[in-house]
Amino acid sequence: MLDNLKILYHQGKQFIPNVQTAKVPGIFRGRPIISSEKVNEVELVEICPTNAITANPLAIDLGKCTFCGECAKCFPNKIQFTTDYKLATNLRENLIVKEGDQNAIQINQDKIRNEIKNFFGNSLKLRQVCAGGDNSCEWELNAANNVQFDMGRFGIEFVASPRHADGIVITGPITENMAEPLQICYDAIPNPKIIVLASTDAISGGIFENSPAVDRSFLNKYPIDLYLPGNPVHPLTIINGLLGLTKR
Amino acid sequence: MNYTIIHNNQTIDIATIPQLEYDVFFDLNSNFILDHSERHCVNYFGYKVENDIKLICCIADDDTHEIFVSSCLVNNTNDYHSFSAKLLCFEKFEREIHENFGIKYLNHPWLKPVRYAFNRFDKTKTIANYPFFSIDSEELHEVGVGPIHAGIIEPGHFRFICNGEQILHLEIQLGYQHRGIEDLFLKKKKLLQRSTLAENIAGDTTVGHTTAFANITESLCGFQKPREIEFGRTIALELERIAVHTGDLSGICTDIAYQLGSSVFGRLRTPIINFLQEWCGNRLGKGLIRPGVNQFPFTPELAKRIIEILDSFEHDFVEMNKELFKLPSALSRFERTGVVSKEDILNIGAVGMVARMNYLNRDIRVSHPNSIYSELNHEPIIKHHGDVYSRVQIRRQEVIQSIKHIRKLVENVPEISKEKVGLGKPKTNSFTISLVEGWRGEICHCAITDSNGELVIYKIKDPSFHNWLALALAVRNNEISDFPINNKSFNLSYCGHDL
Repeated sequence: MLDNLKILYHQGKQFIPNVQTAKVPGIFRGRPIISSEKVNEVELVEICPTNAITANPLAIDLGKCTFCGECAKCFPNKIQFTTDYKLATNLRENLIVKEGDQNAIQINQDKIRNEIKNFFGNSLKLRQVCAGGDNSCEWELNAANNVQFDMGRFGIEFVASPRHADGIVITGPITENMAEPLQICYDAIPNPKIIVLASTDAISGGIFENSPAVDRSFLNKYPIDLYLPGNPVHPLTIINGLLGLTKR
Repeated sequence: MNYTIIHNNQTIDIATIPQLEYDVFFDLNSNFILDHSERHCVNYFGYKVENDIKLICCIADDDTHEIFVSSCLVNNTNDYHSFSAKLLCFEKFEREIHENFGIKYLNHPWLKPVRYAFNRFDKTKTIANYPFFSIDSEELHEVGVGPIHAGIIEPGHFRFICNGEQILHLEIQLGYQHRGIEDLFLKKKKLLQRSTLAENIAGDTTVGHTTAFANITESLCGFQKPREIEFGRTIALELERIAVHTGDLSGICTDIAYQLGSSVFGRLRTPIINFLQEWCGNRLGKGLIRPGVNQFPFTPELAKRIIEILDSFEHDFVEMNKELFKLPSALSRFERTGVVSKEDILNIGAVGMVARMNYLNRDIRVSHPNSIYSELNHEPIIKHHGDVYSRVQIRRQEVIQSIKHIRKLVENVPEISKEKVGLGKPKTNSFTISLVEGWRGEICHCAITDSNGELVIYKIKDPSFHNWLALALAVRNNEISDFPINNKSFNLSYCGHDL
C-alpha cells in the first residue's frame, strides 16, 4: 500500500493542463511557412518524396507531406517548419500552404454538418480502423488517450465495436485487402456518423499513393469530416482537431 | 565449394554465389541447419530471372559470424521437394515463394497463402476465402477474431478452435496490411523515396528498418561510414528498444487489469520518444536515419539531455517494476502462461526476444554485430521458461541494459566532421545483406543490383515473419481469456510481415 502511494507521489502531475496552448519540445516539424525568396523551384519540387510541393505559386500540400523536412534543409530561407501542431481541418484545400501564407490552418465552422455539433458536442465515441497503417499513427492515437494527453477528459473515446461508435478514424493508405472489412465496419456504425482520416497515408496515400496494392475507392463514396495531417499525426493535432470539429 | 561466405553488410558480385542443382541446394542448406542450433535461415527468397526463378538462401552462423549464401534456379513446371517437410523453419519462406511464383512443392505440410500480395501468382485466391484449418466435432467450437480488432491496433485474423474455454489450435491469417512495399522499392528511384518507404515498413521499428536500409545502401555504394553515423544509429536503436519495451510493459499491465502499472509505464515511454523528437523532430525517429549522411548529429548537449532524462526514467522504471514483480495477482497471470518449448523455438527458427525467452542465444548485436556494437561487450539477456513471465522479464532487463549501453556510449560523443563525402554510385551486379537487431529481433534486408546498378530485388524480412508461428504455438492449451496477454507479450508486427 505504502509502496503504491510512493509510486503515485513520484509520478507528480503528468497531465498536460491545457492541450490547446501546450508547447511541443524540441524541433517538431509542424505547419510550414514559405517565404517569397526566389529559388530554383524545379529543384525544390524535385526534392519531395511524395510530390507534395508544387510550383507557381510554390505550395506544400500537408495532405501529401511526410514532414521529412528535406525541403527546409536544402532551402532554409525558402521553407521553414514551425512548431504549430494545429494542422487539422475539415476542408482538403485548407491543407495546401501557399507561398506567403502565415495564418494557422482553420477548421471551417460553417462547413461542419449541423448534426455533428448537435450530437457529438459533449461525447464522441470513435472506432479506429487500421487499413495499411504502419503502427506509428496507431501508436499516436493510443498516446492521445494516455495519462499525459488524456483525451478522455473531453468525452472523446475509442470504442471496441462500430455499433457503439459515432464515427470512424482511418489510418493507412487503405490496402486492397482491407477495403472490404473497412466498408463492413463503416456500414455497421449507426447514423449520423463521421469519417476522420489520420496521418498522411490516410489523407493522400502518402508514399503509397500509386501502389497497386492500395484501393482508395471507399473515400470517393462519402464526405470526409476531418483531416489530421502528420507522419504520424501528433496527439496534440488529434485532440485539437477533434475538439475543433465537435465542440460548440 | 558450393556456397559463398559473407559477413553482415558485405557486398559481393552476384556471380560469385554458386548456382546449384536443386537436390544439392536442398542437401546443403538442410545440413547447415540440421543439429546446429547456432545456425538459422535469415532469408530465403526468389526473384525472376528471364523465365525462371532464382532462389537465394542465406544461412547465418552465430558462432563464426558468417553468412552462407547459395542459389538455385527453379521453374514452375517441375515439382520440388520441400525444405519444410524436413525443417519447419523454412515453412513461411517456401509458402511465400509458392505464393509469389507458383513454385510447386511436393510435400510441404502447410502450403497456404502468406499475405495475398497484389502480384501473387494465383489471383483466384483471395483473402476472403482463406482455407482455414477446421476440426469436425460436435464438442469443439471456433472463435474468429478480426481482421479489425477491439483496440487501436493493426488488422489480422485469428481463428481459434476451442474445447470449452481451452484453445486447442490457433491459426493466424495475415496480409491485410500488404501495401506492396518491396515492389515500390524498385519503382521509386529517388533515395529519399526509398528512405521514406523504409521508415514505413513498420512504424514502431522505424530506426531498425531505416538502419538496415541505410547500411545496405552504403555497402552497395562502397561508402565508408564515419564513426559519428554509427554512433547515432546505435543510440537510436537502443532508445527505440527502451521506448517500445516500456510501452509493451504498459500494455501487458492493461491486459491483466493492473491500472497503476499501465499508467506509469505508459507515461514513462513519453520522455524517451519526446527525446527522439528533440533530436530529430519526430517522436518515432522518422527522418533521423538517411544513407550516407548524418542527418541529425548527436551533440554533447543532446548527450547531457539524455542522461538527465534517463536518470529520472530509470528511478521510476525500477520502482514500478519492483512493485509489479512482487504482486501475486500479476505473477499468477505471467507464470506458465503461453509456454513455447525450447524444441519448438528451435524448429521454427525463432529470432530476437522470442528465441531468447527459452535458452536460445540469438542476438545480432553479438553474432553479426553491425555499427559499434562490438565495442559494447553486449551480453544477451537469456531466459529459460518460454512463458509470458520470461518475455516480460526480458523487456525489464533489456531496458536497463540499453540504458547502460547509452550511458557508456555518450561518455565519448564523436566529433562531427565538416567534410561531406558523397554516397557514390551503387555497384553493378551485386548482392548485399544487412542484419540489424531491432527491438523485436533480427531485421534482414537483401538487395541485388543489375548491370546498371539499379535494384532488381529488394527483400525485407521483419523478425515477425519467423515469430508469428511462436504465438500460435504459445496459446495452445491456454484459456482463450489469456490470448490478449500472450499476444501483447509477443507484440509482433502485422505491417512488417505483410509489407
